[in-house]
Amino acid sequence: MSWRGPGPPHAPPAQYRHCLRCCQDGARIFARIVCGIGLILSLAFTSPRFGTAGAQERDDRIERALETYRSMMKADPWSNPGMLDVDRGEALWRTPGGPKNVSLEGCDFGLGPGKVDGAFAGLPRYFADADRVMDVETRALWCMEKLQGFERTKLITRPHPGAGTPVKDLGAIATYVASRSNGRAFAAPLSHPRERETLALGESLFFRRSGPMDFACSTCHADSGKRIRLQPLPFFAKPDEARKIVGQWPAYRVSTSHVMTMQHRIYDCLWQMRLPEIELGSEASVALISYLVKQAEGGEISIPGMKR
Amino acid sequence: MIDRRAFVASLSAVALSAGCPTLAAAQSDPSDIRAVLKTLIGDATPVEGKISLDLPEIAENGNTIPYAVRVDSPMSDAQYVKAVHLLAPANPHPQIASFFFTPMSGRASVASRMRLAQTQEVMAIAEISDGTFFMVKRPVKVTVGGCGG
Amino acid sequence: MPAKPRIRLPDSARVGEVIEIKTLVAHAMETGIRKNADGSSIPRLLLHSFEAKFGGREVFKASLHTGTTANPFISFFMKVSGPGEFEFVWIEDGGARITERQTLRIA
Repeated sequence: MSWRGPGPPHAPPAQYRHCLRCCQDGARIFARIVCGIGLILSLAFTSPRFGTAGAQERDDRIERALETYRSMMKADPWSNPGMLDVDRGEALWRTPGGPKNVSLEGCDFGLGPGKVDGAFAGLPRYFADADRVMDVETRALWCMEKLQGFERTKLITRPHPGAGTPVKDLGAIATYVASRSNGRAFAAPLSHPRERETLALGESLFFRRSGPMDFACSTCHADSGKRIRLQPLPFFAKPDEARKIVGQWPAYRVSTSHVMTMQHRIYDCLWQMRLPEIELGSEASVALISYLVKQAEGGEISIPGMKR
Repeated sequence: MIDRRAFVASLSAVALSAGCPTLAAAQSDPSDIRAVLKTLIGDATPVEGKISLDLPEIAENGNTIPYAVRVDSPMSDAQYVKAVHLLAPANPHPQIASFFFTPMSGRASVASRMRLAQTQEVMAIAEISDGTFFMVKRPVKVTVGGCGG
Repeated sequence: MPAKPRIRLPDSARVGEVIEIKTLVAHAMETGIRKNADGSSIPRLLLHSFEAKFGGREVFKASLHTGTTANPFISFFMKVSGPGEFEFVWIEDGGARITERQTLRIA
């Protein structure tokens, strides 16, 4: 992955803010979003319910109404469609598969072969057999390759689902393993020198600006109260906020009707930033996850989350 | 950094002047909803009362909007709810779902999730065993449409 | 492998009690309105029906349309008449069926 050096300190150019969410249908989606927000705001400005209040109060009322929607969606964790992928991940875990026709029950996520309860809370961590630091997806990838005989290149080529299709097998397995740490707090170890190196790399990548728009993760995620359109952006550089958010990933995303894993989330962020594709299981991906998990240390794990 | 209100106000101006052609094209013909109602409830005129519909006021994404619909009924053999129909008149196809109860139901109450293409008034209509019909409408503001974007 | 539908029944129930049954099934519920990158429509493929039977008798039925979201969640009620087995069937456009059974324990 090639990085350009950081440019002069300045905010991303204003004309690019509207481009943040783009794809082949970019113009059409943008028109819909503009119209949608235009409708809401015109209703908000003209409706007697909102019209008499000040503009800030209107913003707050809209945010509270959105919070109602979000809490209705989260009210019943059992009915989170991401649970279907947790179940699927568990079935994949137990069922012999791959050319070697072996289950993943011998996979060691750091607490011993087959021990999944609490393992996710201790990731990323250094694994001697692989001689590297790994997050849950990277470790699942390792086990699928080494234990089951799957080809690594096949698993990391287009590993993330498109909108409307469910998370792939690797992601489902990772979601299952992660869910077995629900209720626990993030406590990734930093005892091994490679763990400390990975964290340091992750932190520097988080703040390093590069690419054609000179974005870093910190451009969007290192201040309070930032938004992209109606989506609030978590301030990851602040542990208080990181603790509330990181433990919800992998999450079911309503807008794409599938579970998005953390590796996928980072991949998508970098795509939005117009940076090169980040490979699943790469050192850079594990480093960024390591930084986020460190920021979220002590925060509760509650998977799958439920997101826009 | 652009002030939040100025930013969304500018979008509002653009939206109103653009006339939202994409959304207008997605909306079903008003005659569609009448045709659908005719197949579901014939020439009956539903009245207000007895049926309630829980919906969020604003949906962050039209792709998934949770709802619960309830009809006040003893659900006895003599007096029970036969069906409840959910309709989204401004969707490309107006039907969301229809639910059919039996004497074993015990309660005429269903929860599910709908997709809405745009801001609109969702309709729920109950058909009672004695031939009466009740209706409720609830408005939902949709920020990003859930049908094709 | 596709996910099995999720069914939530109370651990046990008394005769005469009205219980809530929750169901969740994995399905894209493709409306036929979405488009591929090249502009062609993704064909419609919906679960168009859901049927719940208890002890072989129909309790509750739903017909689902494009306005029902992907991975449909449906919760409904039943008045318990005695012990028995639930059978839940989802029917897809074209006739494919997803079937799930679960026994209700009576206290």
